[in-house]
Amino acid sequence: MLITRRAALGALAATPVLAAPAVRAQAPVQITFNYPVAVGGPITKVIDGYCADFERANPGIRVRPVYTGTYQDSITKALTAARGGDAPQMACLLSTDMFTLIDEGVVVSWDELPGADKGWTGGFYPGFMENSRTGGKTWGIPFQRSTIVMYYNKDAFREAGLNPEVAPATWAEQVSFAQKLTKRQGENTTQWGIQIPGNGFAYWMFQAMATQNDVRLMNEAGDRTSFADPKAIEAAQYWLDLSTKHKVQPPGIVEWGTTPRDFFERKVAMMWTTTGNLTNVKTNAPFPFGVAMLPAGRKRGSPTGGGNLYVFKSASPAQREAAVKFARFLTEPERAAQWGIDTGYVASSPAAWETPKMKEYVAGFPAAAVARDQLPHAVAELSTHENQRVTKALEDALQSVLTSRVQPAAALTKAQDDAERVLRSYR
Amino acid sequence: MRGRATLHAWLMLGPAMVLLVAFTHYPVVATFWHSFFSTPRGTRPSRFVGVENYEVLAADPIFWQALTNNLIYALGTVPISIALALAMALWVNGRILGKAALRVAYFTPTVLPMIAVANLWLFFYTPDYGLVDRLTRFFLGWGATNWIGSRETALGAMMVIAVWKEAGFFMIFYLAALQAIPPVLYEAAAVEGASRWEVFRRVTLPLLGPTTLFIAVNALINGFRLVDHIIVMTKGGPDNATALLLTYIYEVGFRFWDTAQASALTMVLLLLLMLVALAQFAFLGRRTHYQ
Amino acid sequence: MSATTTIPAATAQPRLRLGLWLETLGAWTLAIVWAAPLLYALWAAIHPTGYATRFELFAPLTLDNFAAAWNAAPFPRYMLNSLLLVTFVTGAQFVLGTLAAFVFARSTSRLMGLLFAVVLVQLMIMPDMLIVENYRTMRALGLVDTVVAIGLPYIASAFGIFLLRQTFKQVPRELEEAARVEGCGTFGILWRVYVPLARPTYLAYGLTSVAYHWNNFLWPLVITNSVETRPVTVGLAVFASTDQGIDWPIISAATLLTAAPLLLAFLLFQRQFVQSFMRAGIR
Repeated sequence: MLITRRAALGALAATPVLAAPAVRAQAPVQITFNYPVAVGGPITKVIDGYCADFERANPGIRVRPVYTGTYQDSITKALTAARGGDAPQMACLLSTDMFTLIDEGVVVSWDELPGADKGWTGGFYPGFMENSRTGGKTWGIPFQRSTIVMYYNKDAFREAGLNPEVAPATWAEQVSFAQKLTKRQGENTTQWGIQIPGNGFAYWMFQAMATQNDVRLMNEAGDRTSFADPKAIEAAQYWLDLSTKHKVQPPGIVEWGTTPRDFFERKVAMMWTTTGNLTNVKTNAPFPFGVAMLPAGRKRGSPTGGGNLYVFKSASPAQREAAVKFARFLTEPERAAQWGIDTGYVASSPAAWETPKMKEYVAGFPAAAVARDQLPHAVAELSTHENQRVTKALEDALQSVLTSRVQPAAALTKAQDDAERVLRSYR
Repeated sequence: MRGRATLHAWLMLGPAMVLLVAFTHYPVVATFWHSFFSTPRGTRPSRFVGVENYEVLAADPIFWQALTNNLIYALGTVPISIALALAMALWVNGRILGKAALRVAYFTPTVLPMIAVANLWLFFYTPDYGLVDRLTRFFLGWGATNWIGSRETALGAMMVIAVWKEAGFFMIFYLAALQAIPPVLYEAAAVEGASRWEVFRRVTLPLLGPTTLFIAVNALINGFRLVDHIIVMTKGGPDNATALLLTYIYEVGFRFWDTAQASALTMVLLLLLMLVALAQFAFLGRRTHYQ
Repeated sequence: MSATTTIPAATAQPRLRLGLWLETLGAWTLAIVWAAPLLYALWAAIHPTGYATRFELFAPLTLDNFAAAWNAAPFPRYMLNSLLLVTFVTGAQFVLGTLAAFVFARSTSRLMGLLFAVVLVQLMIMPDMLIVENYRTMRALGLVDTVVAIGLPYIASAFGIFLLRQTFKQVPRELEEAARVEGCGTFGILWRVYVPLARPTYLAYGLTSVAYHWNNFLWPLVITNSVETRPVTVGLAVFASTDQGIDWPIISAATLLTAAPLLLAFLLFQRQFVQSFMRAGIR
């Protein structure tokens, strides 16, 4: 609980700074804050509200939120703007974009910023900080974060003679449960046991399996990968076996976008997807559902995901100070707790989970706490220099495995070679 | 007076030519130039690397796959689109019941935004409860097929959408051409007692020649250009089974930020299109309708 | 007029009638396939989420999807941007195309023939393929994230110049001579003689161009950043790529909302549209 107390102290220490009227006399400092959501959605209203509240508490600062669509669009916009000399001062971008942003030379580390002390940056879950630090510096502050969990259909569990309150805890159980949950009529399968989507975020899903099989896919410096590790190959084999050997998952690539719908349609009894889907499932599942940690291979494990707050080099000293204030404001335990409740993202500091508001929420909706309980097993999401290129090499390899074109060992060895070629120059 | 007329001509031509050069000809030359330099990254400025970008490309299996895919995609969609467009035009121009409704139905894909429609097609192709699988189950008794998640069917599924998108638009050109065929020709054929098929083969088809050529060229260009649905639905996957040159250019240029590599890729695409243009001029020469 | 209508009914044999019947069946099957996405969008948009994949005749109706789609993004602003874009692009294409086509149609010099060939290069090499370089140019011009930047690469259109030149070439010289006798200058002749006679071409080409630019996606996505400049298709993309999976009813509603102006325009003008293609000599 040391961390918790430190965070609480940090937040307390921040309060006088926030309330200080020193800047009032000067011309307002304006910062542009790029945020990766679709314009007009429910989250924009929350963010708009935070900006307004912050401005009220800090009359000398103006925060202009700009909603930039998907994460992919957002990084594209931020980098093109930065190259054109028109960068935002602050942005929420994927934690995995860290190396790209550093290599492009467009962001500053939080350690260099006034008012960002170790008490505050040390107050977040270590699982989230893994993607936010490299070379001893903190580059991102975890904010809109998520992780992978399993959702399952309790009705289907009951029909299959399984206890609806107990999810599979190991890989072997996952297979045996899935076998019981798979319903066939002759040649056709009317209900599949499990779906692990194989496009869009295939590398993310795979990383969960690799972590569970006790292998780290990249090093902290982001310049080495271990895609061809025997344990990684084993993990890919396990994923493939679900379709080809055990026949409990649809063959080929399972579409990310339609997986939740397959679940609602009772075409699949268990699915792996982001915690960001919690609200969606809660609203649309026409049956009681359970949320569980991902099962353990050699151990439990899941990568984290989602967005961090970054400050751009283009910010003036006054803007940098304002950005720190705003980030501290956003991550205050009370606000972070409410943010988690409102959006389904994982509140990023232990202190937020200790607030009465959050405790009450978890008591009424225990599924919300699954992601938090899984955090001690969490690792950083796959992120390297030239991240998109390296990730693509892995995605292609995984898809060639899942479509049964290439054996896991050959595919992952090739992905490793591709990654090597890209990363060599960064060492 | 002649001098003034020439001046007028240049003034009238000027704006269009300046913009054409600025956004078509200059970029081609600039792309060519940039394809010999490295991509600037952070602290490392761009430098001359000769043909290295092309060497990397030649050694890149994804590039070869995208090129092969693109040729299949273009050569597959062109004849099917043309045949369907012609059939549509003949039907809409004939005496079939509900011509107006048919015309609207055939033309709708042209006005629907591809980016949104791609998501509706995603539903059609969804395994098991998607529309295509329901129909194949009902009529053919097939099981669930993962249309866009298997290497074997993904490119075909994308080609179907491309044909769906462009055939109705090409129909309009055929329709206009059909309506311009002098009725006298048909009357003459009727007097000779020609069958419908003979009329079509001897009278209609030859007169549609120039239109077919025009449509073929447009369809071929679309074969390299019509990629919105692929970017939305598969992003070139699974395992690059639907990667085309333009989707790969987008990926390399705007996701990997490797503009130099993207330039080399663009040059390959342009080279292909120039070959198409040359073939058109060489083989078909002046028989086209822009004399 | 056509192959089918000119055959006297008396000569139609039973086999032929069967053939026609089969053709009708084929035509309608094709039409249903072609309209299927639109029909499905209509179905999904007016029913609650649960019915997006279940087709029951008496499913409850709702307009919530339209409301949700409308509220999910600033559509009025996107519509305005798209409207500005197509007006700007089509208007500019008309003006530049008319001027250039006039010169090409009347000139017989070899230089002009060569220049025309240079123009025709763009029929092959569309700006869509030059996004990387054109982005560089726009950045140099300081036009990134403006409506002008979305349209600028397209306004000198080889296709438009080509079509108008074809039409202008068909204008009888006598009409021009008559106008000159009445004291018209070059621009007067263009405005009073050529432009009115080319009206069908403008309509045919205009509608084609509007449909293209209303629905264009890749270039606007790359060149714009903000709500103030993004056209409606780029706005639609926010429904397309979500972490939470696809919500077909909302996408359907949004598709219908964005395509409605074009669909209406086509329904209203379809007869003129097809006829203008014919008269424009696009065949």
